[in-house]
Amino acid sequence: MTVGLGVEWAVQWLTLSARLMAEHREELIALDRAIGDSDHGENMDRGFQAVMEKLAQTPPETPGAALKLAAMALMSKVGGAAGPLYGTAYLRAGTALGENADLDAAALAGALTAARDGIVARGKAELGDKTMVDAWSPAVEAADEVLVAGGDAVAVLAAAAEAAEVGAVTTDPLVARKGRASYLGERSAGHRDPGAASSALLLRAAATAAGFPEGPAE
Amino acid sequence: MTVGLVVVSHSRKIAEGAVELAAQMAPDVKFYAVGGTDDGRIGTDLEKAIAAFEAGLAEAAGDGVVVLTDLGSAVMTAESAADFCSEADKVLLADAPLVEGLVAAAVATQGGASAAAVKAAAEAVRFGPEPAIDMGGSAEPQGRGEPEESGEFELINPMGMHARPAAKIAGGLAGMDVEATVNGADGTSIMELMSLAVGKGGKLRIEAWGKDSSKAVDYVRRLVEQGFGEI
Repeated sequence: MTVGLGVEWAVQWLTLSARLMAEHREELIALDRAIGDSDHGENMDRGFQAVMEKLAQTPPETPGAALKLAAMALMSKVGGAAGPLYGTAYLRAGTALGENADLDAAALAGALTAARDGIVARGKAELGDKTMVDAWSPAVEAADEVLVAGGDAVAVLAAAAEAAEVGAVTTDPLVARKGRASYLGERSAGHRDPGAASSALLLRAAATAAGFPEGPAE
Repeated sequence: MTVGLVVVSHSRKIAEGAVELAAQMAPDVKFYAVGGTDDGRIGTDLEKAIAAFEAGLAEAAGDGVVVLTDLGSAVMTAESAADFCSEADKVLLADAPLVEGLVAAAVATQGGASAAAVKAAAEAVRFGPEPAIDMGGSAEPQGRGEPEESGEFELINPMGMHARPAAKIAGGLAGMDVEATVNGADGTSIMELMSLAVGKGGKLRIEAWGKDSSKAVDYVRRLVEQGFGEI
């Protein structure tokens, strides 16, 4: 299993992301209703529908181009904080990949790092602030560990997905220090951060698109 | 003096309302209200923000735009939009409360301040009040000691201290290497200067600390003697 991932993977990732955002729309709305403005599920669903429309209009030729296209659609159509945050993440990841058409483990780990760094730069959140960084940072660390251990592209994405899911769960007891939930102070504890939850879904979609495990995650 | 002012809000009504309020005090200033998503919901729209920034930059012809925002994600949208702009370094984001900051920025712009001074005027609203409270009593300003330069001048313009004189004083002092107070108020804060409510015949006492102290006192003296250009 040393075959790299190409533009088909990137398009499949975005397609599965759109499907997961639609399927988990109500769940994300419920999470956001508890500690935010209850629009995260709706925003993400609409944003990824816009991504799908753009993909259909102008099929990208490289994974990097696919991610940049998604970035613009998300920044324009999401509406909430997730728009500029995910937009910046996908833009930085797409830029990191450049013209690379055949992504190996190192390229993917690098793209994940660039995405995480973009989110941190835009949102100025740190680990433990109860934000999507709490999903992305463990994901990047896990991806890097697999890369160092000699894992392939699929293994890198699988490790990132699992670490992001664990990271999202760890936001449950945290008190929010960034974003709309921070206005709630102590009352934000006991609820999962919606951005961390959607991040985990998106990273799961990346692994599923690469064939891990067979078929979409249930 | 063609700095453009852009409001990026989650709500079209907030953006337009804030502009409407500020425009009353700054009839010659170009405002751009960006609020809500393109389908009329609450949210911020990157493309609309980019379009407003570019329109403002074109109109400002090199003088730049200053951006006021409401909640956190409007800040992120504005930062992202600036990244995509032709002259990203000429888009200045003010870290200030939207309504008060916009009014201060508008008055400063109307008074002919540079983009940096307009941004400073908006931000002085936020950070201004604390020193004013410290200096309200009879005690010397803490840690500053005797002023390096000072002066007291009688207002001769019929309307006394109001928005435009305040903007001229604050805009000029913001560009100097000086810490200055006027009747105890922060000399770089338009809102504080306006709130002094000194009428014709009343006196402005400026006290200044720092390298440009004498320049600052002289600047205020000249403005007062010229009646702020109103006579």
